[in-house]
Amino acid sequence: MIFATTPSQTVGPYFAIGLPWPEGPHAVDEGTPGAITITGTVYDGAGVVVPDFLLETWQADPEGRFADLHGHGVASELEGFRGFARYGTEDGDGTFEIITVKPGRVAGVGGTDSLQAPHIDVTVMARGMLNRCVTRIYFGDEAQANAEDRALARVPAARRDTLIAEPVDGGYRFDIRLQGPGETVFFAV
Amino acid sequence: MSSEQTTTQIYSPIGDTPGSYVREPEDAHPPLDYPPYKSTALRHPTQPLIYLPHTITEITGPALGDARLITPDDANLCAQHEGDPIGERITVSGRVFDTEGKPLRNTLVEVWQANSAGRYRHRWDSWPAPLDPNFSGAGRCVTDDEGHYRFLTIKPGAYPWGNHYNAWRPAHIHFSLMGRAFAQRLVTQMYFPGDPFFPYDPIFNSVADESARERMISRFSIHDTQPDWAAAYEFDIYLRGPGATPFEEAH
Repeated sequence: MIFATTPSQTVGPYFAIGLPWPEGPHAVDEGTPGAITITGTVYDGAGVVVPDFLLETWQADPEGRFADLHGHGVASELEGFRGFARYGTEDGDGTFEIITVKPGRVAGVGGTDSLQAPHIDVTVMARGMLNRCVTRIYFGDEAQANAEDRALARVPAARRDTLIAEPVDGGYRFDIRLQGPGETVFFAV
Repeated sequence: MSSEQTTTQIYSPIGDTPGSYVREPEDAHPPLDYPPYKSTALRHPTQPLIYLPHTITEITGPALGDARLITPDDANLCAQHEGDPIGERITVSGRVFDTEGKPLRNTLVEVWQANSAGRYRHRWDSWPAPLDPNFSGAGRCVTDDEGHYRFLTIKPGAYPWGNHYNAWRPAHIHFSLMGRAFAQRLVTQMYFPGDPFFPYDPIFNSVADESARERMISRFSIHDTQPDWAAAYEFDIYLRGPGATPFEEAH
């Protein structure tokens, strides 16, 4: 490391004039076979919904392939797959909705580790957050894969369920608690 | 040899993509729990962060140039309406590098800001300064092959906020950087040199190290200033670069 990084600052209350766009929450094109919706609510330390957060997700396709900018690994062949979603609609109710496909398993550390469980990387930003918080969405119907996942294994067993999205009609539910009882596990990346 | 083959030899995107990113010192970024900025109180995790080794999910990242359908006009915040916006016309330009000094090509740079009166075009901004019908305050572009970006805009005004008695934000432009990997994602704010509000702003001062704070302040450039047109400010951005996993894992 020769140069030091530019420090992070909060997105503030007015990011919605620059960051969200209409198709942002779509990691796949509308009508993609197997598309799912991941919904959730973001709560603060008082258990009150956060009306002004920005949420971004990044993931592999069902074959475990990415739509990567620089062509890491084998490129996704799923038509219309972006793998990235950004939700930043400030409708005041603290909920988000991402339209995507369930990711497949991808390699672990160094590409040679055991396969990871299906997961989605998540960035949360908001007014009052001077840096992003990073978490991961795992899936409640992947018990075997989750049990083998080395990142999940780093998380104290009692807190692992904060990273597990529960199956619901049409997709999954994943709530985020920034602080307090049931606080979501956040990662140092 | 075709020109396409030549290009491939000069720049191999895959070869240039790191397999893991450097772990930054703890004070590289502001703490999430920072009482002088009151809104952090209920919005910071109290449990320790869990160390996540970098896997392919963290070292890859999206190509958003197409998704956002970027046109050259998106980088000109002065040309998004019928008339000219009011205020001091400026260029804001610079390069995006990683911490090895390598330019980041084709990476998305997004900006948003208040108008010259310090008012955002946002329904929640109730500061009684005038909106400018000719200024929306949002722009985007992708960096060129040498990591350059450039915006034409209006110098934003300072504005008051409710954090403490007589609190004012120094004039700033919000910057969002995608980098080329999930691990490089950064949102920051660019400030202007010599702002009198610096000593009193908890967001600026949440970065403990003075030299780190200076990395958020743009430079005025007389050489890049265009006669009879626009004053120039330069702002280079450094995103984390390649680095091995440390021996000692942070907990």
